[in-house]
Amino acid sequence: MNKIFALAGVVIKELYRRKDFYVLFVLTAVLTFAASAVNFFQDEKIIRYVKDICLLLIWISSLVIAIVTTARQIPAEREARTIFPLLAKPVSRAQVIAGKFLGCWLAAGIALVVFYFFFAVIASSREHTWPVVMYFQAAWMQWCLLAVVIALVLLGSIYFAAPSSTSTISFIVVAGIMLVGGHLNTIALSQPEPMQSVLAGVYYFIPHLEWYYLSDFVVYNMGCVSWVKILAATLYAAAWTGIFLTLAWLGFRRKNLTT
Amino acid sequence: MTTILQTEKLRVEYRSRDFRQTTKVALVGLDLEVRAGEVFGFLGPNGAGKTTTMNVLLGFVPPTSGTGRLFGIDVRQPIARQRIGYLPEQTYYYKFLTAEELLRFYAKIFGLAYAEMDKRITNLLKLVELEHAAKRPIKSYSKGMQQRVGLAQALINNPDLLVLDEPTSGLDPLGRMKVREIIQRLKNEGKTVFFSSHELGEVETICDRVAIIHQGELKAVGSVAEISAGHENLEKAFLKIVGFQPSPLLP
Ligand SMILES: Nc1ncnc2c1ncn2[C@@H]1O[C@H](COP(=O)(O)OP(=O)(O)OP(=O)(O)O)[C@@H](O)[C@H]1O
Ligand SMILES: [Mg+2]
Repeated sequence: MNKIFALAGVVIKELYRRKDFYVLFVLTAVLTFAASAVNFFQDEKIIRYVKDICLLLIWISSLVIAIVTTARQIPAEREARTIFPLLAKPVSRAQVIAGKFLGCWLAAGIALVVFYFFFAVIASSREHTWPVVMYFQAAWMQWCLLAVVIALVLLGSIYFAAPSSTSTISFIVVAGIMLVGGHLNTIALSQPEPMQSVLAGVYYFIPHLEWYYLSDFVVYNMGCVSWVKILAATLYAAAWTGIFLTLAWLGFRRKNLTT
Repeated sequence: MTTILQTEKLRVEYRSRDFRQTTKVALVGLDLEVRAGEVFGFLGPNGAGKTTTMNVLLGFVPPTSGTGRLFGIDVRQPIARQRIGYLPEQTYYYKFLTAEELLRFYAKIFGLAYAEMDKRITNLLKLVELEHAAKRPIKSYSKGMQQRVGLAQALINNPDLLVLDEPTSGLDPLGRMKVREIIQRLKNEGKTVFFSSHELGEVETICDRVAIIHQGELKAVGSVAEISAGHENLEKAFLKIVGFQPSPLLP
């Protein structure tokens, strides 16, 4: 376990020593502030609108950070050849995968805490309420989703050597699931037969990332989601993360690293 | 004497990924044996298969057939690598870390205790003369400094066997001398050193035994004296063994 934490530590260290991470951080902070400054009138509709945009911004930024960081990890190790002195030590390839995953996930978690803190301060200063539990649920769900995404990107980065292609494909997959994944079953009903079964099959077969976007709750202050649902969603995310990490390990386990 | 490192009928084919699926045979049934406490030089022209042999021993490349063993354990088991130190050829260590942080990271991978870790890191940085640069990021290092970080990293677990791929490449004469001194010191401590090199002069001075391979085949193995017997020096013997014909002088 210490080996996995040591590997994760290197991932996090790299992130805060690279400038691009800060750029995104500062950009989101500035935009969030700007968006809130637009709102001179205490109009409820406008406040909702601003909150909606800010949440979307947080979502996109954290996805960018998670995907871009993760896609780079293993290819960079191979490019710089640091994977060789590393694997020459008593560490298994499974531990390398686990360490990379943990590092990226913790880094994403740190980013989320900062983002949601900004958001909570701004939203609450307008609305004069502090629905802390609700914010926690929203952030937690997003962190669960990022676990699935990071595991998926790690899997992709083993098969596609170029981090840019891994990132692009991951973005398309994640955005696709978020936008249409939840509607596939309804779309299926309006289709002729072979297509209907295929779409319905796909619906049951993909990780439903769209469940993790709690923006409506936050925007309309709808109160908390039941903890049972949160727990179920957490377990569902854990299962998908496990599946993707296992597939990543299977691909990496026998990979000839010199080609 | 116990055998520390051994390969038996080791064959490695690289399969290209293009549509012709051509295979490149890098090693053809290589038999090697390195005994405890010796400094063993592994020689051969460019592309002879030295790095490939080491890659098999470290588990990076699966052998097509044959076996490799370290301390009697098949190299396919990670545990075979617990007591070895490895210096790869041309590696660019994590640029954003300092030398000290890099060594600390590797020490954690070996599960060293914290007190022991600090002591070793200080000693190793002194050994490779990087104390003054220990707190600078590795990206600011010169090539020779990076090579010395590599050497320090190979020694972090106080290994019984060192596998060094061209340890002196990229070093100035002084740096080379230091590396030779370090190898000598390791030998005096009873460690086994297996290294590849193109510097036949230095091989002559520090090796107990050498092996020469060419096109993936073992051509000669023995002490420096045995191999250079009947030749002016090791270099002449090497050239003869790998079939080098001196070209006629240009008019
Ligand atoms: N990943 C690879 N894919 C295909 N062929 C390879 C690969 N790695 C090495 N080879 C081939 O295998 C042969 C042996 O290469 P190797 O790197 O082991 O040589 P070497 O003895 O270390 O040479 P050098 O002194 O230049 O470092 C060469 O012909 C090389 O072209
Ligand atoms: Mg080589």
